[in-house]
Amino acid sequence: MHIAILGNGIAGITAARFIRKLSDHDITVISAETDHFFSRTALMYIYMGHLRYEDTKPYEDWFWEKNRINLLRAYIERIDFDNKKLYGSQGEEVAYDKLLLATGSAPNKFGWPGQGLQGVGGLYSYQDLQNMERFSDGLQRAVIVGGGLIGIEMAEMFHSRHIPVTFLVREESYWDMVLPPEESAMVNRYIREAGIDLRLSTELKEIVDDGHGRACAVITGSGERIECGYVGLTAGVHPNIGFLKNTALETDKGILANDFLETNIPDVYTAGDCMQLRNPRPGRRAIEAVWYTGRMAGETAAYNICLSCGISTGNIPQDGKKIPYDPGIWFNSAKFIDIEYQVYGDVQADPPENHASIYWEHPDGRKSIRLVYDKEKGHILGFNLMGVRYRHEVCEKWIREKTHIEEVLQNLGIANFDPEFYDEYDEEVVRMYNEQTGRSLRLKKRRGLAGALRFLKL
Amino acid sequence: MNTLQNTGLGLFIIALLLFTVSLGLDDYRLTEESISEAIGNEYHLEAITQAAREKEMLGKEFGSSFQFAPAFKKVLESAQEALDKQAKEALPEGVSQWEYKMGGWLFKDYTYIAAKKSSAGPVSNNPLLFFFLTIGLGAFGGLLYIIPQFRALPGIKHDHIYHNSMTRGLSVGWRGFFLGAAVIGLLLYGVFYMNDKYFWPGVSAVVALLIIGLVFFYQNQSRRNPARSASPQVTGWLGILTGVYLIGFYLLLYWAPQHITGWVLMADPLSQALNGGEASQWFLYGLLYTLVILVMGVRMFAKYMHNRYQQLRTYSVMFFQLAFAFLIPEILVRLNLPSMDLKNIWPLNYTFFFDWNINNLIGSGALGIFMLVWGIILVVVAVPLITYFYGKRWYCSWVCGCGGLAETLGDPYRQLSDKSLRAWQFERWIVHGVLVFAVVMTALALYTYFSGERTVLGFNSNTVRTWYGFLIGSAFAGVVGTGFYPLMGNRVWCRFGCPLAAYLGLVQRFKSRFRITTNGGQCISCGNCSAYCEMGIDVRWYAQRGQDVVRASCVGCGVCAAVCPRGVLRLENSSMDVNERAKAVRVLQVSKEGVEYVE
Repeated sequence: MHIAILGNGIAGITAARFIRKLSDHDITVISAETDHFFSRTALMYIYMGHLRYEDTKPYEDWFWEKNRINLLRAYIERIDFDNKKLYGSQGEEVAYDKLLLATGSAPNKFGWPGQGLQGVGGLYSYQDLQNMERFSDGLQRAVIVGGGLIGIEMAEMFHSRHIPVTFLVREESYWDMVLPPEESAMVNRYIREAGIDLRLSTELKEIVDDGHGRACAVITGSGERIECGYVGLTAGVHPNIGFLKNTALETDKGILANDFLETNIPDVYTAGDCMQLRNPRPGRRAIEAVWYTGRMAGETAAYNICLSCGISTGNIPQDGKKIPYDPGIWFNSAKFIDIEYQVYGDVQADPPENHASIYWEHPDGRKSIRLVYDKEKGHILGFNLMGVRYRHEVCEKWIREKTHIEEVLQNLGIANFDPEFYDEYDEEVVRMYNEQTGRSLRLKKRRGLAGALRFLKL
Repeated sequence: MNTLQNTGLGLFIIALLLFTVSLGLDDYRLTEESISEAIGNEYHLEAITQAAREKEMLGKEFGSSFQFAPAFKKVLESAQEALDKQAKEALPEGVSQWEYKMGGWLFKDYTYIAAKKSSAGPVSNNPLLFFFLTIGLGAFGGLLYIIPQFRALPGIKHDHIYHNSMTRGLSVGWRGFFLGAAVIGLLLYGVFYMNDKYFWPGVSAVVALLIIGLVFFYQNQSRRNPARSASPQVTGWLGILTGVYLIGFYLLLYWAPQHITGWVLMADPLSQALNGGEASQWFLYGLLYTLVILVMGVRMFAKYMHNRYQQLRTYSVMFFQLAFAFLIPEILVRLNLPSMDLKNIWPLNYTFFFDWNINNLIGSGALGIFMLVWGIILVVVAVPLITYFYGKRWYCSWVCGCGGLAETLGDPYRQLSDKSLRAWQFERWIVHGVLVFAVVMTALALYTYFSGERTVLGFNSNTVRTWYGFLIGSAFAGVVGTGFYPLMGNRVWCRFGCPLAAYLGLVQRFKSRFRITTNGGQCISCGNCSAYCEMGIDVRWYAQRGQDVVRASCVGCGVCAAVCPRGVLRLENSSMDVNERAKAVRVLQVSKEGVEYVE
């Protein structure tokens, strides 16, 4: 049995690792991007000189041979689903029995004039990074378009090289479709404090050609012209499935997948950024281009692929029944220059009627804690943290068990994951709640592993 | 970089140049007076003076220590010969042969002190001025460079580490060259050091080959050919230069102090003020060591403005170095009391159970006895107990002097540690090998102490002691330990060589409340934790599978937790699950019992 995996990102590689754990099938991972799996999320650190490319590889190079995972560097242009064959741009032909499509994302371009010029690029692939590097020498200014997680990363990258950055954000406040207003404002402030020229409510109208096919300026929605040598397009990503359009594979924005990550074609599965769920879980999107969901989907796909063709080692889970993809309770994290961000559960920028929240912010304006709970029933819904670390498992358990907000507040210390000797702000949050509600709760548990373990092992 | 920083850097470079040049500024002129100041033993003094007169060395000027030392060696040889001859004929009444004859082991000390006493010129005339122009100016320049860094926004300060010639490390080839040259060079010098006796250098070479063979054999067995080395393709020449300078410094300090008398002279005034006596090369070394930790400690405060764990442990190592390692021993000397670095624990403090130290402590009253008992309690009670509660970090990154230097001066080089599995295998063989060596050596020394028998199982315990002092105490801990900061990272000694770290590590690995917890599924495998782990632990390997890190080598510096951009790592203690700390793997999506990880 030969299992081919298209894409060596976190989804494809997780699948390959789990297929190997579960079986002795032949595995080939195909990628045009790099020879080995690397952490895409660390691209920025290579540019800033924190890491080398080698450091971003989670496994040493001998790992693949030792685990009998074949790696193939090829750009697959066409898939013959009927005859189960992949065709590469250099004439490569790969036959497969099972296929996993984990082709990831590509940066969004919204038809802006000049978006194809030299010196214009996103930040998703290793090649994108090389492109940034190529234009960085002597760069006088970079303009970044799009106020999301990649945009701020790119701004930080250029900033680290002392290249002036103008950061165009279409919205009124940074990432305000995801972050609640206070947190969004905090990031606005910090971006400016770091010395980055943040332009809110500013859209890109056009990228100007310098006459030699290279970007030399942008023109904003209000007609202002900003001279620059590089334009970063970071207005989100979309599934990288261009070569799969108009084939027998059913696609919409992404590759359509059922609960078991099967596509409409037998023996073809999908995982990661490129997949679009036909039935997403309530409150979740059909496409979630996030590292963590890619990892979860990769593992789920591995089980279902192996279940369909026989698990040859290890135990067969759940009586051999197919395993539905379950991303669990939403979580994510990021870092806005120096401000760490963690979110657990349901925290919305524009909360529905039944959401109430307690928001505490440190006087220095760089840390905050937000607890979201149900107004009527009082159970906890989510945590949003800026510059403060909370324990994933503790928050998840509270949310899953619909723990009452007051119970959560009194035990808030066991969620605290900040390093030793850091100030603990959980008491402040409780005080805030008491002020708002007239209650007189007291923090019963302070930060510490023992308390967390006791709670988790209950 | 602003003007202030540039000025600071400029001043530091000037100070460093002057510091280096100051070794060649003085002339050396041996006089009867300088000999009598240098040599305490009256028979040796007489013989040396006589020999110097015969060899026409008295009053002669030498432009450098490299001319002076060989000439003085001839004088010493001639004096030794004369004493031997005399001793054969008749010894003065009541004088033993040992007292009368001049052993070859005295040559190094005599040459060093004679060179110091014979110095004449700008440095010996103005030691204080030179002290301020070199060491003082260097520290000032360093501070000037560091202090503006406090104005930056608090956060991780690792921009351009791999773009910088000083900190980017070596290519695999260059690293191999330095490693090979160090091992071969030090073993060859060891033959000379042991008076042309090949036995122990030979044994060490065989052990080295054995370890290399074992690691490579194991790797070929399972085809684990490491590809991710610590080294990038490009080599940082500034780093190499710095490494060579540091290695040179240690070679001179340990084995040719007669060439650094200019530096020791500068430290004289401070030594007089502190302990009432002249400076030795060890006083100079302690002084430089302390100053470097203090200045580079300030750099740590600037770097970690936002991280109280880093601040506190930096305060701690600064305090223990300044007070315990430097001031208290000097003051004890001044008070004519037995002197000891009270935080230096056997087997790192490998001379603790040597006969002369035990005798010295026993013979110095209550304080001496206290020190002896204290030293034993540290080994037997404090190490296991405190390590059980907090992990080995309580010592390695909060108290220890070697750790203190590594965490301050060495901090810019922490990313250069090798994270490959191969390096881990070398680490385990070597560091535990050194622990065994230390235990055996000490056992032999104690056997000799209690039985008076010098030869144990056919080995001379004194020779074993000497070889340990050379190979581990000086060559490994000093020359490689610090000299290799810019070449292989700042914890080469702590990771591969320190027997105390090995002992602490065994406790930490098998019975401790300490571990680094990973925060659920938040890891993005970016690799910052692994890259900045000075002990070469592949932290990410644990973090990405949600497994807590329980490793013998972890010194608990907390930098992995600091650099993690997603808040995944935390240093924690709990007694609830001491025996199953490392077991849980939490990022499994499909939860089921019994899935085995293949890696």
